Amino acid sequence: MEESMETGRCLFVGVGGQGNLLASNLLGQAALSMGIHVVVSEIHGMAQRGGVVESAVLMGNVKSPIISNAEADILVSFEPLETMRILGKCNKKTLVITNAQPLPPFTVSLGQGVYPPVEEMLEKIKTRVEKLIALRGNDLAEEAGNPLSLNMVMLGALIGSGAVPVTEDVMKETISTSTKKAFLESNLKAFDLGAQASKKLS
Amino acid sequence: MHKLLTDSPGTEMLLLGNEAIARGALEAGLAFATCYPGTPSSEIPEQFFAISKETDLYFEYSTNEKVAMEVAAGAAISGLRTMVTMKHVGLNVAADPLMTLAYTGVEAGMVIVNADDPYLFSSQNEQDNRYYARLSSLPMLEPTNTQEMKDWTKAAFELSEELKLPVILRTTTRLAHVRGGVKLGELQPRKVKTTFKKDPFHYVCVPAVSRELHKLLLRKYDQAVEKSENSPMNEIIGNGPWGIVANGVSVNYVMDAVSDLGIEDKVSILKLGFSYPMPRDLCVRFMEPLEKVLVVEELEPVVEHELKTIAQETGLTLEIKGKGVGELSRLFEYNPGMVRKGIAEYFEIDYKAPLPVDTSDFPALPGRPPNLCAGCPHRATFYAVKQVYGTDAIHPTDIGCYTLGLLPPLSMGDLVICMGSSVSSSCGFSRATDQKVASFIGDSTFFHSGITGLVNAVHNNHKFTLVIMDNGTTAMTGHQPHPGVEPETTGLDLPKVSVEDVVRGCGVKDVHVVRPYNLKKTIEAVRASMEYDGLSVIVSKEYCPLFARRIGKARKARPFYVNLDKCKNHRDCINLLACPAMFLEGEQVHIDKNLCIGCTVCAQVCPENAIMPLKG
Repeated sequence: MEESMETGRCLFVGVGGQGNLLASNLLGQAALSMGIHVVVSEIHGMAQRGGVVESAVLMGNVKSPIISNAEADILVSFEPLETMRILGKCNKKTLVITNAQPLPPFTVSLGQGVYPPVEEMLEKIKTRVEKLIALRGNDLAEEAGNPLSLNMVMLGALIGSGAVPVTEDVMKETISTSTKKAFLESNLKAFDLGAQASKKLS
Repeated sequence: MHKLLTDSPGTEMLLLGNEAIARGALEAGLAFATCYPGTPSSEIPEQFFAISKETDLYFEYSTNEKVAMEVAAGAAISGLRTMVTMKHVGLNVAADPLMTLAYTGVEAGMVIVNADDPYLFSSQNEQDNRYYARLSSLPMLEPTNTQEMKDWTKAAFELSEELKLPVILRTTTRLAHVRGGVKLGELQPRKVKTTFKKDPFHYVCVPAVSRELHKLLLRKYDQAVEKSENSPMNEIIGNGPWGIVANGVSVNYVMDAVSDLGIEDKVSILKLGFSYPMPRDLCVRFMEPLEKVLVVEELEPVVEHELKTIAQETGLTLEIKGKGVGELSRLFEYNPGMVRKGIAEYFEIDYKAPLPVDTSDFPALPGRPPNLCAGCPHRATFYAVKQVYGTDAIHPTDIGCYTLGLLPPLSMGDLVICMGSSVSSSCGFSRATDQKVASFIGDSTFFHSGITGLVNAVHNNHKFTLVIMDNGTTAMTGHQPHPGVEPETTGLDLPKVSVEDVVRGCGVKDVHVVRPYNLKKTIEAVRASMEYDGLSVIVSKEYCPLFARRIGKARKARPFYVNLDKCKNHRDCINLLACPAMFLEGEQVHIDKNLCIGCTVCAQVCPENAIMPLKG
């Protein structure tokens, strides 16, 4: 049992329906199978109806299941507006991995708000955190053959960054045993595309 | 085979807290389980529902928490190991049986799982149900992590059987919805049939009987105190001069904070797992050598007040504080940083909180509130009612996805307090004002506690329109069945109770059944009901699209698009319906074909008939 590793606080954020809860759950399972102490927290219920969905995976010498402001070591965000919104959970040493392709909230469609300029905002964020990895997650999911595999792209990007102690092999093994057979091929391809993109940008 | 039936003790699995509770119950030989679903408790009965299909475990979704508690009581008094689960406000509904079930006690182990929701992630209030243990004199266990959720559930059954009392297992959102490693124990065979032994002078709670039973309850309480004093669930960790007392998920925040601050040798931590009755002698032994004590408990200062009482009674004069230290308050949930800061402040330790990324120069970010799904039939129903009633009418609403109808542009929702209140509060609104009243309730909520209000409305001659939004499932909590669902959707051969039959059976004379995607007919029915001089009910029937997809009954309709040759940009579609499948590109409304389910409602609203089905 590897119990003495450094604490890793990894925050996931996405929009209801993007599948970030599955991603955090799979990461948790993979970590446990490697003997890493892990806690995963999720929010279910009303927030899942198109709202913001947060989950957290905490690995190593830590018992608390949630992450306080400024205390995320890694942020994996499925949507750039949500990256901006949740940035207060990060500090100057945080690794931020974000999908750069927007999913505008309905308030924007109704003209109740303006979607901020993504490129400009990502440039700002880049200077304020340890590292920013921004990738076109939806395009990669399409390329993998399933637009719903964005969560696998982002999981690939996280593992590809080398920032967590879970290996690609173990992660892919977990994906293989724990996701629907019909999507397995596209899921693994999406994972690989995310991992490659992340390595290129690292 | 269901994963929780894995029969290999010692194996470690990553389980959701709620799954761990279900596993603990199976390891205790659970025979009988009931519930009404409610976030954050719903995943416990979900496991039982699936497992009951492949084993002889009896499980039912009961109509509400009071019913679930009473069904479970019947089984536990007969002699079966029984569990009933609910969210915190569900225990309000079940409080009536709870209070007197404490008097009768039970024959076999009965565990009541109560899930509190600090910060109200998915609830109408954040009441602290530790008070229910105190109100009922029933023992309460509060596990602090996933492993304990399994182990202490099993222990709760044993405790319940020893005391012959139901035991309350309390969780919060951050326990119920946390995944962690759980080492499995042995599954026990269950006893699924028994014979009830008559004992009316113990079970029939007329005053003369209950006077004796109250004395019995207090004797059992004394036994429970003994058990709490000696329970390994109550634990003193460390032997430093600074005391910290914590319960539930806060224990983790305290342990991490003490380690982060490097004060392991300066503190003594009292972890309260068997939290009611409080282990009084243990608390005294804990406090006696200490300089001062900080209580870290979410919501109400329950432990803080009890410790102060104990200290006063035993002449201890040390300082005891909780609420008001740092940011520790009665509001919302705690978090690791908040607890670390509170501990540092109280014990005067140098500590600098990490600085968040500066976002002060970010533009105002557009909100992303939860929303009714694309093609949700509730949207069509709300639109139809609004067309007829305008904006002056009062719209009491109820608890479910349709509560989201309160958001603009639908803005249909004027009062929500609890399950079923739409119907009964309409009685009051319609008498107290001259405004029109049209209220909304979901199908599952109607069965839960709408029927009694409807009978009241008929009998007392109240005049309003009740719209029952029947989407064939309990959608918000994750598509659980209820008495009105089609048997084919559950895979169980259970009779369906028709909403319409119940409404007519209650004596409602003006009843309309509509399909909300047919706007014209729905609006006609709403108008007829508004003009009717009396009580009307409209049953608006259409499957929840998420549920329909799950059961293979998704609409086989083509998605729609905006024909730019015809669109004159009135924007009625987006301004009146605000379906999330619609989006603006520049000044032009478009429809996302991946989100549109072809409900046709926007096409019916468009004054130019510019919204059309995609070809091919």
